[in-house]
Amino acid sequence: MTKDAIGTEATGYDDVPGLVTVRVALPGHLRALANLPGELLVEASAPVTIGSVLDAVERECPALRGTIRDHGAGARRPYVRLFACEEDLSFDGWDAPVPAPVAEGREPLLVVGSISGG
Amino acid sequence: MLVGTRKGAFVLSSDGTRKDWKVNGPFFNGWEIFHVAGSPADPNRLWASQSTSWFGQQVQRSDNGGASWQPVGNEFGYVGDPGDHLWYDGTPKPWKFTRVWHFEPSLTDPDTVWAGVEDAALFRSGDGGASWQEMPALREVRGHEWMPGAGGLGLHTLVLDRADPQRMFAAISAAGVFRTDDGGASWRAINKGLRSGHLPDQDAEIGHCVHRITMHPERPSTLYMQKHWDVMRTDDAGENWYEVSGDLPTDFGFAVQVHAHEPETVYVVPITSDEFHVPLDGKLRVYRSRSGGGEWEPLTNGLPQRDCYVDVLRDAMAVDSLESCGVYFGTTGGQVYASADAGDTWQPIVRDLPPVLSVEVQTLP
Repeated sequence: MTKDAIGTEATGYDDVPGLVTVRVALPGHLRALANLPGELLVEASAPVTIGSVLDAVERECPALRGTIRDHGAGARRPYVRLFACEEDLSFDGWDAPVPAPVAEGREPLLVVGSISGG
Repeated sequence: MLVGTRKGAFVLSSDGTRKDWKVNGPFFNGWEIFHVAGSPADPNRLWASQSTSWFGQQVQRSDNGGASWQPVGNEFGYVGDPGDHLWYDGTPKPWKFTRVWHFEPSLTDPDTVWAGVEDAALFRSGDGGASWQEMPALREVRGHEWMPGAGGLGLHTLVLDRADPQRMFAAISAAGVFRTDDGGASWRAINKGLRSGHLPDQDAEIGHCVHRITMHPERPSTLYMQKHWDVMRTDDAGENWYEVSGDLPTDFGFAVQVHAHEPETVYVVPITSDEFHVPLDGKLRVYRSRSGGGEWEPLTNGLPQRDCYVDVLRDAMAVDSLESCGVYFGTTGGQVYASADAGDTWQPIVRDLPPVLSVEVQTLP
C-alpha cells in the first residue's frame, strides 16, 4: 500500500489488533522498480524490528527482494543504509526495534543509497 | 535494435530500408543494462539484465517487444558451496554472484533462457525467468584456478548450436572457452592453440582472456574469437584454434561478428591495445575479412576518421538477417552506428546515448 504524500491517506492497518502501520521511504530506483508513487506503508507485528519491517516490504513488493538485503544470507547490501529519526540504524541488526516514532507511524524508516561521486 | 547502456536500455526501430530510426527509451533509467536479448522463438519475448552496485541484480522480461516490462526472478544461487577462485594477486577469493552479463535465449522455447554471470557461472531458467538454476559442472573445470580479467570474472558469451541442441560454447574472462556436448551436464576447456602473453605457460589449458566468440549458424564447427590480443578461428568446434589476425593494424579488441549469409565474412573493431582502449590513431574503423580471416579491409565510410577515442565492447556488435546484411555497433561514447550494406557505408543512428554496453538486433517480419 502506498500514499502519494506523508499523512494524506488512512491505511486501515491500525484497525487490526496487534498490527501497526509502518512508513517506509525508498530511494527513487527502488520506487521505480516496485512501481510505487510514494512512501510504502506496510503492516508489521509489534514489537516492530528493522528486520520485520523489511520482511513486510519484501512481502508487499516481491520485486524488492535482493535489493536491500542479499538473497541467501540476507545481509544488508553494502551501499544501502537505513536511517530513522536522524539516527543511523544500519548496524543495529535485524532484531533491533525501530524507534518508537517509526513503530507508531509518525516517522518513516528511510532506505538510502550511499552517496557516490565527488 | 536492443541497446543496453550504463544508464538504461533503448529500443531502436526502423523499416527494412534501415535509413530512419526511432529511438524509444530509456527503459530502467539510471540502471546499468549489461544486456538486452530477444527470443528467437518469440521475438516479443525480451530479457534485460538490470543492475546497480547499490541494489543488485534485477531481471526484466517483456512479452510485447519492449512496450512494457516486468521484473522476474533475481535469485542466482550457486549449487553447493562454490568455494574460492583466484583473485588478481593469486590469492583465493570466495565465489560471489555480482551480476548477469549476458542472456542467451533458447532457439526454440521462449520460456527457456541461459544467463552468464559474474562470478563466472552459467544459469538456466525454464520457467520464463521465475527461477534460475546453476549448471555447476562448468565450474568443475578447474574453476578454483580461474582468475578475473580487469572487467571481472564474467561468463560473457554463450553460443548455441542449431544443429546440435546438446552442444554449447561458453566463454569466460579470463578463463577461456568451454564446451558441453551433453546439454551442460559436463564441460571441458577447449583452448588449444591460444597463446597469451600474460600466462607463464603458453600451452595452459585455462587462463586465456577470451573477449568474445561467434559462430555462423550454418557452419557450427567454425567459430571466430576476439581474444585479448589475437583474432582466432577454429574449424573443429574448438579442438584447435589458429590465428587469423593477418594484416590487422592491431589485433586487440572486443567485438567480433559473422555476416548473416556469408560464413567466411567476419567483422572486428581493432582497438589500440590493452593499455589504450581507444581506436588506433583516433580513427574508428571496422575491419572486414571476406576470407574467414587473415586478409582484412578497413571499413571507414561514414565513421569518424579523426579525433575519435571511444571503445566498442564485446557485446556491442550485431548483424541483422535481411538480404543485404546489416551490421551495427555501439560505442562507449554513446553512438550507435549502422550499415545496411554489410559494412560498406555507415551512418550514426543516435549519437548521444550513455556508454553502450550491448547491441542486439531482431529482424522482424
